[in-house]
Amino acid sequence: MVNEKKGVSRRDFMKTTGIATGTLIGGGIIGGLVGYNVNRDKGTTNTTGNQKGNNSSGQTADHPVNVGLKFFSTMTAFNVLSQATERIFPEDDIGPGAIGLGVPYFIDNQLAGAYGMNAKEYMQGPFADGATTQGYQSRLTRAEIFTQGIAKLDEEARTRYQMGFAELEPEQMDEILTAFQKGEVEMLAVTSDFFFKLLRQATLEGAYADPIYSGNQNMEGWKMKGFPGHQMSYIAQIENEEFQKIEPQSISSMTH
Amino acid sequence: MATTLDKVDVVTVGVGWLGGIIGAECSKAGLKVRGLERGAKRGTEDFFMAHDEFRYAIRYELFQNLSKETITFRNTRKMNALPMRMMGSFLLGEGLGGAGTHWNGHNWRFLPYDFQIKSMTDEKYGANKLGSDYQLQDWGVTYDELEPYFTKFEYTAGISGEDNNPFWGKRSKPFPTPPMKKTPILQRFEKAATNLGYHPFMMPSANLSESYTNPDGSTIAACQYCGFCERFGCEYGAKSSAEITVIPTALETGNYDIRFHSNVVEVLKQGDKVTGVRFIDTVTGEEFIQPAEIVVLTSYVLNNAKLLMVSNIGEQYNPDTGRGTLGRNYCYQILPSATGFFDEQFNTFMGAGALGMTIDDYNGDSFDHSNLDFIHGASLTITQTGQRPIQFNPVPPDTPAWGAEFKKASIHYYTRTLNIGGQGASMPHKENFMSLDPNYKDAYGVPLLQITYNFTEQDRNLHKYLSEKTAEIMKEMGAKTVVAANPLTDYDIVPYQTTHNTGGTVMGNDPAISVVNPWLQHWDAENLFVVGAGNFAHNGGYNPTGTAGALAYRCAEGIINYSKTGGSLV
Ligand SMILES: Cc1cc2nc3c(=O)[nH]c(=O)nc-3n(C[C@H](O)[C@H](O)[C@H](O)COP(=O)(O)OP(=O)(O)OC[C@H]3O[C@@H](n4cnc5c(N)ncnc54)[C@H](O)[C@@H]3O)c2cc1C
Ligand code: SF4
Repeated sequence: MVNEKKGVSRRDFMKTTGIATGTLIGGGIIGGLVGYNVNRDKGTTNTTGNQKGNNSSGQTADHPVNVGLKFFSTMTAFNVLSQATERIFPEDDIGPGAIGLGVPYFIDNQLAGAYGMNAKEYMQGPFADGATTQGYQSRLTRAEIFTQGIAKLDEEARTRYQMGFAELEPEQMDEILTAFQKGEVEMLAVTSDFFFKLLRQATLEGAYADPIYSGNQNMEGWKMKGFPGHQMSYIAQIENEEFQKIEPQSISSMTH
Repeated sequence: MATTLDKVDVVTVGVGWLGGIIGAECSKAGLKVRGLERGAKRGTEDFFMAHDEFRYAIRYELFQNLSKETITFRNTRKMNALPMRMMGSFLLGEGLGGAGTHWNGHNWRFLPYDFQIKSMTDEKYGANKLGSDYQLQDWGVTYDELEPYFTKFEYTAGISGEDNNPFWGKRSKPFPTPPMKKTPILQRFEKAATNLGYHPFMMPSANLSESYTNPDGSTIAACQYCGFCERFGCEYGAKSSAEITVIPTALETGNYDIRFHSNVVEVLKQGDKVTGVRFIDTVTGEEFIQPAEIVVLTSYVLNNAKLLMVSNIGEQYNPDTGRGTLGRNYCYQILPSATGFFDEQFNTFMGAGALGMTIDDYNGDSFDHSNLDFIHGASLTITQTGQRPIQFNPVPPDTPAWGAEFKKASIHYYTRTLNIGGQGASMPHKENFMSLDPNYKDAYGVPLLQITYNFTEQDRNLHKYLSEKTAEIMKEMGAKTVVAANPLTDYDIVPYQTTHNTGGTVMGNDPAISVVNPWLQHWDAENLFVVGAGNFAHNGGYNPTGTAGALAYRCAEGIINYSKTGGSLV
């Protein structure tokens, strides 16, 4: 639990990559394995993110004070979310996975706001089950669906393996996630496949949204994908035959 | 108690492209015009920080807030219609400029065939080519009659293009600006299509190839190919839209104003005329009546129909009896396509909303349908709109939807995947229609519009045939793997398709099968005009706005004439 806060790349990358000042240093596609959980000071490269709380080596005093939970109220739930997103979008030789990109914090933030509260969705009853062609018909908000879904992931892990979801082996997590994806797990007022769809989509959003939303750390998601983020113009490059490698830039560059 | 405002000559409900055109033309002619717009004022200055895929394209910053108003939907009359709780299949506009603020800017004229589809199809293929469930009808206006108004819209918007498509109608003037850049992706399509004997041309674009000043004096800037176009506003003022063209033109006359945050809930009718509209100020909650000599509905296809329904103007279409015209001939767009996975990398992240090349060899009646089980077709286009990373995660068939393999493949193919897509025509069917929902209401207590819609045999056949043709082009382009679109099954309101809803307030010469006459004047109320792609008797093989814009210009002329003479325009 402490590990992901210390050494902490978020502060590190703010310092070392100069996001705040708009300059960009380093962070190549393979080299930039920067995530919440990289303890660079100690030279570890554990970017799979140990958020299980069983591997802590003491709280540092200088954890980033702007990172924390706004929606989930227990680390157990947050760790389930983290591991589930990491399975959907795992770290590999191309670069960081969901945890390294800050996706779990991104989702937590989103659930605390308009997205979680379905602020822009039509939420008046009567609610009825519809055909899949009729889309979202749950009476639950996304926040409610995630709360239930995350608890269900953990419950399913305990039923199948007598362990919390976050403690499972990757293949076991995948097995449970697949059961959710197929709609095989009972949920209330929503189906598990619908929850899985939301989770998958939110994971991709967190991996690739502009870093101002607290995912896509250090623009590593964009770097992996070759997407340059916010650029003013491509008029000078669009006729080039060659693929253009362009250092990405965040929209935050417009406010600094 | 509603407060009654001072009477105006013309009130438009909604201020998008079409409300803007009516506003500009009528105010230039000296009429006092007021636009009532439920959304807020906005413009180019609001889009400097718009290169944010998440906010604009994923969280739908610029679109209608569904918590206030949505529609209900079912595939068939046997189903229970349920609200579209989340935006999906189409993205409704709200605020100054409407959906034109965040459109792509593909700008088309429907084909001469479209306007006379019934007579031309019957003549060539016999009266029963599709069967009696399909409600084909002529539009009451021909391409030639509409030509000057197409030109007018294109010159207002500064459309960039080239007149070398052998299949479209004759143009009286060249495009106002030259075509956009023919990028390597487009060239590859051009070469493949040419090899196959087709006739590729640059798609007419409302993202302008060069800076242009239109006949009204508005200047539109040159497109920067920034790749954040459709779903976004343009920070350069390079994407032609109402708020940088017709709205400033209207405001300059001194005869025009816009009242924002004004949600119209009813068209008021007395005898055989309308007297104005009732609206709610969405900030204060106050209710107002805006009296007007002439009411023009320009609130998009869906709300134009809904407002007529809630105001009891015209007879609701009944699929059992075939009687009634309001809500009839609701159509959509059929999207044949093929995806190609390549070895080489392309600059897919660069682009512009309407940067593309097209062939019309399979559109309209360009090809013989004698031995085919459908009519009409689609424009087939490769676009380079700028792929963005949240939305675009292409993977070859049989790749899992998540996990390690998915991550690798979606990253690899992000810049190695191209798509050719068709805007396929959609024919009216007796079971596809709009009506009022009996159960669900909007934030102002007004019933929601209900859509009953499913794809038809015609749609499925068209889709299959053209997806195969499209896949052949993709193969010729050198893709390693080509995947034609899955066969059409049932219409699904979840994935985005197009915001090209049409019909419901159809135009025509015969009041038994149309809501408005060819000047878009309501058959049952001479001082009420209804303007939009809702006037389309079917949907053609292109995006709708160029044609809707032409109809709006023609309607404005009708309104100005009507304001002098009164009476029916036909
Ligand atoms: C992402 C996207 C891409 C598109 N790309 C293309 C394209 O490339 N080519 C093309 O031809 N078309 C395209 N379209 C479709 C095009 O945007 C529309 O056809 C066009 O903008 C419709 O213009 P309109 O004036 O009829 O309606 P709108 O632009 O929708 O304007 C209607 C206005 O009325 C207001 N309104 C609605 N109800 C009320 C009410 N009750 N009271 C007061 N005001 C009300 C709305 O807020 C809105 O501002 C695209 C649409 C989208 C969403
Ligand atoms: S692609 Fe061109 S028209 Fe579209 S938003 Fe960018 S600069 Fe504007």
